[in-house]
Amino acid sequence: MAEPDTGAVIIDERKGDTLLDEDNPWVVIVWNDPINLMNYVVMVLQKLFGYSREKATDLMLDVHNKGRAVVSNGTRDEAELDVFRLHENGLWATMQQD
Amino acid sequence: MIGPFRARFRLHRNGSLDLRITNEERELVGHLTEQLRDLLMGTTASGAVDPAMRRLYPTAHADDADLEDEYQAGKRDELLSRRLENIDTVERTLGAEVLSEVEAATWIKTINDLRLVLGTKLDVIEEDDITDLDPDEEDSYPKAVYHYLGHLLGELIDAVNP
Repeated sequence: MAEPDTGAVIIDERKGDTLLDEDNPWVVIVWNDPINLMNYVVMVLQKLFGYSREKATDLMLDVHNKGRAVVSNGTRDEAELDVFRLHENGLWATMQQD
Repeated sequence: MIGPFRARFRLHRNGSLDLRITNEERELVGHLTEQLRDLLMGTTASGAVDPAMRRLYPTAHADDADLEDEYQAGKRDELLSRRLENIDTVERTLGAEVLSEVEAATWIKTINDLRLVLGTKLDVIEEDDITDLDPDEEDSYPKAVYHYLGHLLGELIDAVNP
């Protein structure tokens, strides 16, 4: 199982965008786990964030292949709500300041 | 995909879902949700977390203990009560031949919770870890159940999110 690597720097192509957005300094990360089904993860990302199937699938594949993916960003409260909704749906999510 | 058999699940335009599973399957799901409720309730009573439950209460702040304590204090009970409500919904609709859109989503969430707990108990560490079932093995029954739940969940998801 992929344990969250707390010391890691998140490498994500969207980091440049989020860095510029000073109002949204928190990122929400979904981590790979061996139990959740791939189509389940896609469905949850579509449902919670309104992402297209294509975008949700790309994010799921990032989680699957790279071990994690940034799925949203926002203020601390916004990120915490996203994390909670992901936890409620059984996904393994953490948040950290970008 | 249309197979030689009638689809076990059929989605209607209004989001409701025909649920054509056997009575044995309904009994099994009910039996498992009962156990999940006991586990969830046991977690609060003792204040301790059964290791198998850790995937239901993930860490939110991996690098900040204070923020993590705050998150758990604020959200843990809410996560618990949502899961208990979901179990109630599944049990109330165990015999249903049609699930509303909300009920179908709740079945999916709860079956996923069951897999998370069972998979953690079985120490699943790789995708597709549990494929070969040896009936003589000690864990063969929970492994078969885990396998079945994955199949059921996959079918349900494909039906509601085709």
